[in-house]
Amino acid sequence: MLQRRRFLHLAGTGASAAMMAPGLAFAKRQADTGQRFVFVIQRGAADGLNIVIPHADPAYGQMRGTLAIDQAAAIKLDGMFSLHPALTRTAAMFAQKEAAFVHAVASPYRERSHFDAQNVLETGGAKPHEIETGWLNRLAGMLPARDPQGVALAPIVPLALRGKAPVTSFAPTSLPAIPADLLDRVGRLYERDRELRAAWVSAVETHQQVHAAAGGVSPARLGLMAAQFLRQPGGPQIAMLESAGWDTHGGQTSRLTAVLGSLDAMLGGLREGLGSAWANTTVLVATEFGRTVRANGTGGTDHGTGAVAWILGGGVNGGRVIADWPGLRDADLLDGRDLRPTMALDGLIASVASQAFGLDPGEVAHVLFGTRPSGEVLPGLVKPARV
Amino acid sequence: MVVYSDKAIALNRFGLGARPATWLDADPRRWLLQQFERYDSNPSVLAAIPDGTEVYGGYVAIRRAAEASRAIFGGMVGGGLSGLGESGSGSDDTAEAAGAKTRCLSRTTRFMAAGAMCTLLGNNSFRTGEDVGEAARKLYRNAVEARTASALTSETPFIERMVHFWSNHFCVSVDSVPVLAFAGAFERDAIRPHVLGRFEDMLLAVEQHPAMLIYLNQNISVGPNSAVAVRRKQSGRKALGLNENLAREILELHTLGVRTGYSQADVTELARTITGWNVGPIGVQGTQGFVFKAQSHEPGARTIRGLRYAAGGIAQGEAALRDLAMAEATARHIATKLAVHFAGDKPPQVLVDRLAAAFGKTGGDLAALYRVLIDSPEAWVPQPVKLKSPWEWLVSVLRGVGAMQVDGLDVSALLQQLGQQVWKPGSPAGWDDQATAWLSPDMLFRRAQVVQQLVGKGAAELDGQGLDVQGLGDVLLPGAISMETAAEIRDAPDRTSVLSLVTMSPEFLRR
Repeated sequence: MLQRRRFLHLAGTGASAAMMAPGLAFAKRQADTGQRFVFVIQRGAADGLNIVIPHADPAYGQMRGTLAIDQAAAIKLDGMFSLHPALTRTAAMFAQKEAAFVHAVASPYRERSHFDAQNVLETGGAKPHEIETGWLNRLAGMLPARDPQGVALAPIVPLALRGKAPVTSFAPTSLPAIPADLLDRVGRLYERDRELRAAWVSAVETHQQVHAAAGGVSPARLGLMAAQFLRQPGGPQIAMLESAGWDTHGGQTSRLTAVLGSLDAMLGGLREGLGSAWANTTVLVATEFGRTVRANGTGGTDHGTGAVAWILGGGVNGGRVIADWPGLRDADLLDGRDLRPTMALDGLIASVASQAFGLDPGEVAHVLFGTRPSGEVLPGLVKPARV
Repeated sequence: MVVYSDKAIALNRFGLGARPATWLDADPRRWLLQQFERYDSNPSVLAAIPDGTEVYGGYVAIRRAAEASRAIFGGMVGGGLSGLGESGSGSDDTAEAAGAKTRCLSRTTRFMAAGAMCTLLGNNSFRTGEDVGEAARKLYRNAVEARTASALTSETPFIERMVHFWSNHFCVSVDSVPVLAFAGAFERDAIRPHVLGRFEDMLLAVEQHPAMLIYLNQNISVGPNSAVAVRRKQSGRKALGLNENLAREILELHTLGVRTGYSQADVTELARTITGWNVGPIGVQGTQGFVFKAQSHEPGARTIRGLRYAAGGIAQGEAALRDLAMAEATARHIATKLAVHFAGDKPPQVLVDRLAAAFGKTGGDLAALYRVLIDSPEAWVPQPVKLKSPWEWLVSVLRGVGAMQVDGLDVSALLQQLGQQVWKPGSPAGWDDQATAWLSPDMLFRRAQVVQQLVGKGAAELDGQGLDVQGLGDVLLPGAISMETAAEIRDAPDRTSVLSLVTMSPEFLRR
C-alpha cells in the first residue's frame, strides 16, 4: 500500500516507472512529516556500567568495589538492570516506554585515546582521521534540502555535524546587540571572502531568529533551545548537543552523579520544549568508549571499551534494555579489564537513524558508515512516524 | 585578494599585532632575531602572581582553618581541595581542630607578606568551600589580566607568542579550583623561563609543576608496591594505587604524539617511574611547590619503549622524560605543531622535515628551531595562512589601538565570550590550532559583539595618542588593506564603525 502511494507521487513529479528501483522505495521523503533527530555526544568516555547497572550480574559488586552503586538506591529497569539514581526524568521516560538503553556497544576503535575515539565516533570511519566529515552531516544530506538542515548547540559545529549539508551552530551569549547597519557593512567586507561570508550570513540569520538568553545557560535551557530550533516550520530536522565531564578517573561517585544530573535536566528540557513534536523525535546519546570494569587506585575508572547508548523519543519502542550481555567475570573481560562489546555502535546508529526518518536501512548504513550489513541490526527500535 | 608585506608578516604572523606607533627595524627578520636577546622571562607585570610554593601554602592554611571551623561552626569544608589530597595522610581529628585554628591564623599572618593569595585570607572565618573557590578565581582573573598586560606591552612579541604556543602545548585546564589557583604560576614559572632554552628542560619543569600534577591526577598516584601502599594494605584501610593519566598524556600529547608506537605497557611503566612526584609542603624555597615523596614511589627498575631505567628515586622519572624529549617522534610532533602555527593548517612537508631535523640535530634547542622558522620561506608566504584564534585576535585588537593596560576591561569574561577562556581548553590536548576550531557563524558574530564593547576604550586610546582612526588600517597592516575594505572604511559613518570594520576585516582576522 505504501509503495503504491510513493509510485503515484513519483509519477506525478515526472519520474518514470523505470526509476522505481527497490532502493528508491524509501528514498528522500518529499513531505515534512516533522521527524526530528537529536545526537547528544558524551565526551570523555561515560561509565556505562554505573549508568545502566547490571545488578543481576553476580560479579558486579565485587568488580566495582567501593564504586558499586547500591541496588536499593538505583531505579529498577528490568530483572537484570537498574538506572543510576540521578536520572529521574530519564527513568520517567523509561517507565512511559519512551526510552531504551543498549549496553555493551562500541565503535570499531580499540585503542583508548579520547581524541582518536571521538574522531571515529563522529566521523563514522573505521579508523581515526580516515574521513573528514561527520555521519550526522551525511544523514542530514539524505533528508529534504533545507538551509540549515542541522544545528549544533555549541560555539562551533562539532565534527559529527561537519560536511556538505548546510548546518549552523548557536550558543547563547549575553553580549550587546550590533546595530543593523553595521551588520550590513561587516557583511560587505566579506563579499570576496567565501569562508567568512558564509559564516557571517548564517550568524546574522540565526541571531535574528532566536532570542539570546541572558547570562549563563543551564543544561535544561540548552535542551529547550535545541527544541526551539527543531520546532520551527521548515527548520532543521537535526540537532546536536554537547555533554562534557565524563572522564571520571577519580572521585567518580560524586562527579558521575553531578554530570548525570545535568544530562538528565538537558533531556528533560528537550522533551518539554518539543511538546507535541516529541512524538516524532528520536534522541541518541552515545560516548566514545566505556570505562574499566574494576575501579582504579584513585576512586575512579580508566579508559575501557564497551559502553551504553541511549535512545529516547515519543516514537521509540522503549521501556527495555537491549544487551547481549558478555558478563563481568575476569574471563569475560576484554584485555582482562574492559566490558566486552557485543554490538557495533555504527550498526545501532544506522538502525535508529533509518527508522527515525523512514529511510532504507541499508542505504543509511552505507552513507553514514560505508557498511552494507546483511540484515538490520535492531529492527523495531523506533515506530514509523504518524503521517 | 589579501597580500601581506614582510613587515606586516613580521608584526602579525610572527608577532602579536602591530601597535599604531611601532618602530620596526628596516629588516623584519633582524627585528625578530633581536628579540632573542631582549626577552624578559619575568616581566614586572607578572610579579604579583604568587608562585607555586606560596599558592600551596595558602591552600594548606585555608584547609586547616576550614577543618577547624567545621569543628567549631559545623559548616562545610572546602570541596575544591579534594584534588589536592596528600596520599597517605588521614583526615585530622577534630580534637586537634581548635589548636589548628590558632596555628593557622598565625601562619596566615606570616603569609600576608607573601603574595596575593594571602591578602585574600583577610576574612578568617572559613566556613564554606566557597572561600577557597573565590580566592582561586580571583587569583586566576588577576593572572589573566597580567598575562594580557604582558602581551600588550611586550617589546619581544615573537618570543611572547612562543610563550602562548608552549603554554597551549603543555596545557592545563582550569576545570577545578586548585588548577585555577596554580595556572598563572604555571605559565610564568614552568613555561616562560624555557622558551629560548631546551625542550627537555621545559618538559621537566612542566611535569614537576603543581598545576600539571594536580590537573592530571599525579598528586594522588601511588606505586602499588610503594611503602605508603604497603602500609595501607597492612592497616586494612582502602588501598591506594596508580593513576596513569599524566603518564598517558606525556606520551600522547607532550612528547611522542598519538599512535607513535608506544604501548599500554609503556604508559603504565612511565606512570610507575613518576610516582612520588607530588605537590610540595610549605616553606621549601625554590621548589615552586614540588616535592618528591619517596614513600609513594614504586620500587624497582622500569622498561619504557625498550629502554631500561634502573631502580631509583626522582632520577628514574627524570631520565625517562629526557629520553622521551630526544625521541625522533617527539621531534616530528613538535615540528608539525610549529609548522602548523606559522605556515598554515596543512603546512608544507618540507618545512616540517626541516624543523624535525633541526630538533634532532640540536637536541631540542628551541631558539635554533625559531631561527629555522625565520629562515624558512614557507613561513613568509604573502597570502594569509592562519585565522587568528580569539586570544590572538583580542590581543591584536588591543595592541592595534595602542592599549598598554587592561583597566576597565574584564578580559577573562571577554575571552570566555569569544570562546577561548584563558587556560581552559577543557582537555589536555589544548586548543586546536586549526581554523575549524574558530571559524563558525557564532564565533565570528561574537567578535563583532566584543568589538562593540571595546570601541569606547579604543577610541579613547587613539585620541589620547593623537592618532587618526581613519588611517588605522594602513598603519596596522601596511600595504595589506584591500581596495574594497578601504572603501568601506572611508564610507563608515562614525569611529565606532571604523574600528569595527578594521578589526573585523578579512585582513585583520587572519595572519
